[in-house]
Amino acid sequence: MTLDTLRLTAEEADRLLRTKEISGAELFAAYLAAIGERDPELHAYLHVCENPGGDGLPLAVKDVIGTKGIPTTAGSKILESYVPVYDATVIANAKRHGLRVLGKTNTDEFAMGSSTENSAYGPSRNPWDPSRVPGGSGGGSAAAVSGGLAPWALGSDTGGSIKQPAALCGHVGLRPTYGTVSRYGVIAFASSLDQVGPVAKTVRDCAWLYSIISGRDANDSTTVDVPTVELPAGERLDGLRIGVPKEMNGADGIEPGVTEAVDRAIELAESLGASVEECSLPHSVDYGVACYYLVAPAEASSNLGRYDGVRFGLREDGADFREMIMRTRDAGFGDEPKRRIMIGTYALSSGYYEAYYGTAQKVRTVIKREHDALFERYDVLVSPTSPTVAFPIGAKIDDPIAMYMNDVLTIPSCMAGLPGLNIPCGLSQGLPVGLQLVGPQFAENTLFRAGHALEQAIGFDGVPERLR
Amino acid sequence: MARITRDEVLHVARLARLELTGAEVEKFQEQLSDILEAVSKVSELDLADVPPTAHPLEIANAWGEDEPRESLPLDEVFANAPERDGDYFRVPPA
Repeated sequence: MTLDTLRLTAEEADRLLRTKEISGAELFAAYLAAIGERDPELHAYLHVCENPGGDGLPLAVKDVIGTKGIPTTAGSKILESYVPVYDATVIANAKRHGLRVLGKTNTDEFAMGSSTENSAYGPSRNPWDPSRVPGGSGGGSAAAVSGGLAPWALGSDTGGSIKQPAALCGHVGLRPTYGTVSRYGVIAFASSLDQVGPVAKTVRDCAWLYSIISGRDANDSTTVDVPTVELPAGERLDGLRIGVPKEMNGADGIEPGVTEAVDRAIELAESLGASVEECSLPHSVDYGVACYYLVAPAEASSNLGRYDGVRFGLREDGADFREMIMRTRDAGFGDEPKRRIMIGTYALSSGYYEAYYGTAQKVRTVIKREHDALFERYDVLVSPTSPTVAFPIGAKIDDPIAMYMNDVLTIPSCMAGLPGLNIPCGLSQGLPVGLQLVGPQFAENTLFRAGHALEQAIGFDGVPERLR
Repeated sequence: MARITRDEVLHVARLARLELTGAEVEKFQEQLSDILEAVSKVSELDLADVPPTAHPLEIANAWGEDEPRESLPLDEVFANAPERDGDYFRVPPA
């Protein structure tokens, strides 16, 4: 049978495997064929695997997640030759459920960016319009899922790297509650923020993949027990209390077409039985980005200290130990990691620690408390995920601050450790618009329920128009 | 806010063990100044009684059993090493 990988969901593929309508080899081959056809244009993958045998569903994996025996570069030259000798826990969990790694997807270097233009291996392209970015940092996983090059994928999200690409490419992405998914074996960027999460075509697939990868892990002491995941099925939203933070929905830079699509989705939620009320996050939007761009670089400057040319990765020659390290790091890191290492080192350095890092940690408390207060009255907060639709490649690459502002709406909930779900809610200028649903910690099931009901009502066609 | 000086860029680069080229120093002086100015916004808020948040979950210590487990075989430990010397990583003289 002919498989349309652009439309095939993981759930449907699983059914076809179970009923023996297709074999695991046929399924894997269908994705390899799609990759052969469209990946030269989209550049979603940094590495594609040969069929490893077995009958499970293929899974694309962001290249910051360690995969035993499969190159893992984090989109950086400094790890160009790195081949992990063990699997990340999320990969071990996936394999235990029979999933097979299809390939490693492109990412901004060390997941630092919002467009994949910071990848040392060149940008990925948006399946809706290849002259535009797929978002980032997980643009490779996003382009793979929306371009029919994988049924689903794993991403990682520090300040929006799952949700924002999902918005720009028109599919579903979950940034889970901090601590619900193990970070063991995942290349660290900012450890108090990093979370691995699922990228999928539907909310049900997203929930299913989340159930596979999540759970307490003895190898990551920040993980906790996770409530049982319920696959959503209902079409109504009766009793759901939705808050619409005015600062998140009226922030500077939100395109009118984005606002229109999000407003329509909110009206739809009301028609499905949800109560909708405007509310306020007075400081989270105004101060979130500044807080994030101190906390995350500070943690990154420490985490990236390990790339020293000694135990793994690139080494450049030097007359002595120190010169070897400095040359290795200069040659191996691209501009964005260097910028963030420099900002982080400065913010943590003697005399500046309190003014920058210490202050940012207190602002983080303010952001968390603002969200906690709203969740006494609401089950879900909604807003656009990204202020804009996908922008042209090259449009923001020379202006780091303009690039950082892409994350203005995804960052606040990340700072507070909250789960956030992106679902596509319409088109603007022929490009997907993403709706962000944020819940209290461990409320993934609420997000899945709300996201699924809205997804059914919206009826968004996730296949890029030019590929239909 | 004062712009970051060339010497400060070089100082931070040394702390971070980055050997920057002349052109990089100039570019980063400009960009880091802009970024620091933007993130300095955090100092606008009155944070007198606000405690810092280092971690988003309210969890304390996670205890595990102190049980010996098998380590990775040495050949795997050294599999990605730029230079191996027996059971050591070889580096240039300090």
